[in-house]
Amino acid sequence: MINECRMLSVSSILGYGFPEASLKRGVDLKPHFIGVDGGSTDPGAYYLGSGECLNSLKAMKRDLRLMLLAGVPRKIPVVIGSTGGAGTESQLQVVAGLAREIAREEGLNFRLALIHAEQEKEDVQQWLKQGRISALRNVPELTEATVSRSTRIVGMMGAEPFMKALSQGADVVLAARASDAASWAGCAMSRGIAPAPSWYSGKMLECGTASATPKGHDCLMATVRDDHLDVEPTNPERRCTPLSVATHSLHENASPTLHEEPGGLLDATHCQFTPLTDRAVRISGMTWKTRDYDIKLEGAECIGFRAITICGTRDPILISQIDSYLQTVREDVAMRATGFGVSPEKYQLVFHVYGKDGVMGAAEPVKQISSHELGIVVEVLSETEEDARAVLSIARVVIPKVDFVGRLCKSGNMAFPFSPSDISVGLTFKFSVFHVVKPDSPYSMFPITYEQVS
Amino acid sequence: MPKISELAKVCKSKNAGPFEVTIDVMFETKEIFDKVEQTGVLCAALFSKLYNVPEKAVLFTIYPAALAFKGTIPRCTSSGDIGDTDVYGAQQHAPLLDVEIPI
Repeated sequence: MINECRMLSVSSILGYGFPEASLKRGVDLKPHFIGVDGGSTDPGAYYLGSGECLNSLKAMKRDLRLMLLAGVPRKIPVVIGSTGGAGTESQLQVVAGLAREIAREEGLNFRLALIHAEQEKEDVQQWLKQGRISALRNVPELTEATVSRSTRIVGMMGAEPFMKALSQGADVVLAARASDAASWAGCAMSRGIAPAPSWYSGKMLECGTASATPKGHDCLMATVRDDHLDVEPTNPERRCTPLSVATHSLHENASPTLHEEPGGLLDATHCQFTPLTDRAVRISGMTWKTRDYDIKLEGAECIGFRAITICGTRDPILISQIDSYLQTVREDVAMRATGFGVSPEKYQLVFHVYGKDGVMGAAEPVKQISSHELGIVVEVLSETEEDARAVLSIARVVIPKVDFVGRLCKSGNMAFPFSPSDISVGLTFKFSVFHVVKPDSPYSMFPITYEQVS
Repeated sequence: MPKISELAKVCKSKNAGPFEVTIDVMFETKEIFDKVEQTGVLCAALFSKLYNVPEKAVLFTIYPAALAFKGTIPRCTSSGDIGDTDVYGAQQHAPLLDVEIPI
């Protein structure tokens, strides 16, 4: 008999939602695993830095409840990677708490595995000294200072920790940061499927029905065998076509064909996409080349406190000299802020000028402004909330009053849509670490804890 | 001469991690895709010129299975850092729209 592994992905990210009917149809197809990806770096470094969850607790609990009710009574393992958004320890614990609550409320009993991924900074410094860390393409080399400044660093696990948790009898696996495809690859390989289609199935399943047409947050079923996989949305309103499936490999990947994963390279250069029905596609021809085992490290660093205000001008005389006007504002703000003890080296002031180059910044090729109005987001970043708010506040005072050549609008240069107009955005983070490390083993950075939940 | 905006089915950008943006141009039929490919206009040098990045920093892939061309370029500011304008990298495709294709 041909070995196969059926896996049901409920959505793109835990908390994005999915139709209950799609889950039910998927469960009727007797999947070996039910899962969902939990996160992404895409919404920015804030979730890694702050440790706050990307999605609301209500939305995550709704999705998790339906998954546990579908999986646990049928002995279908429920597996989630990058739990909570960035896959931090705090996010993992929040979602584990939701799982325990749901178990109590629904009378479910299961063995829960938590796979941890946060790394001690001392360990990262040690690896750096040992020359085990290298930069990814277009990322600066890592330094000791950058590691020190980082608020939090996670490792991105591969498939092996998932396989280990499943082999230890876990009914529910919640993992902190993991490669998006790793949970699925681990599930399929734990049932003896070859790495190439297992990893490719992860690439498909991690985004729910993003590979279908129409796209959406919905359930996708993959049936993986040793040399191919079949994918089909469980919602009859969606279809997978060879083109929609091939197109998905472009999504958020630097290359559509070469995917670097922990322990190997998934090569989809010679993939074939064959329609099985008008809603299902067979994907074959992928290869897996084993390589040195690398783990990606992701770190976030706090770069200060951000405050913003929003304003706009409808004055053509001002619009015609917007650059010199903003330069005058910048100088005036510097003088006044220095006067109250916040000199320019203590803050950064950025003008996002919509209607000019607000979307592309310096990369904007169109230099001529053709709009009759400009919107400006004034951004101040400083070490403390007090300083950021003080500088923003004085900018809000200066902006309406600065003189320019031919000025007729003597009562104010800008329209402010809100009162109060100053908005505290909060702590701001950037990605500081985006590097790979050679670990002692695929498991060494990702301890697993088990508990019986009832 | 037709522009990409008149020939393509999809022209989009998105982060490929926080330090790179990837831009995809896709066509409706194999016939148009092949014609566009033959002109050689879509290449690493084009992305280098349009986005003012070194050509060797551009990862360019022709992907016939999706009737697509893909260019991945470094971000001048990493996603969400001070001065970033586009956290998701979703609105960096426009310079390609006006590129003329001699077919």
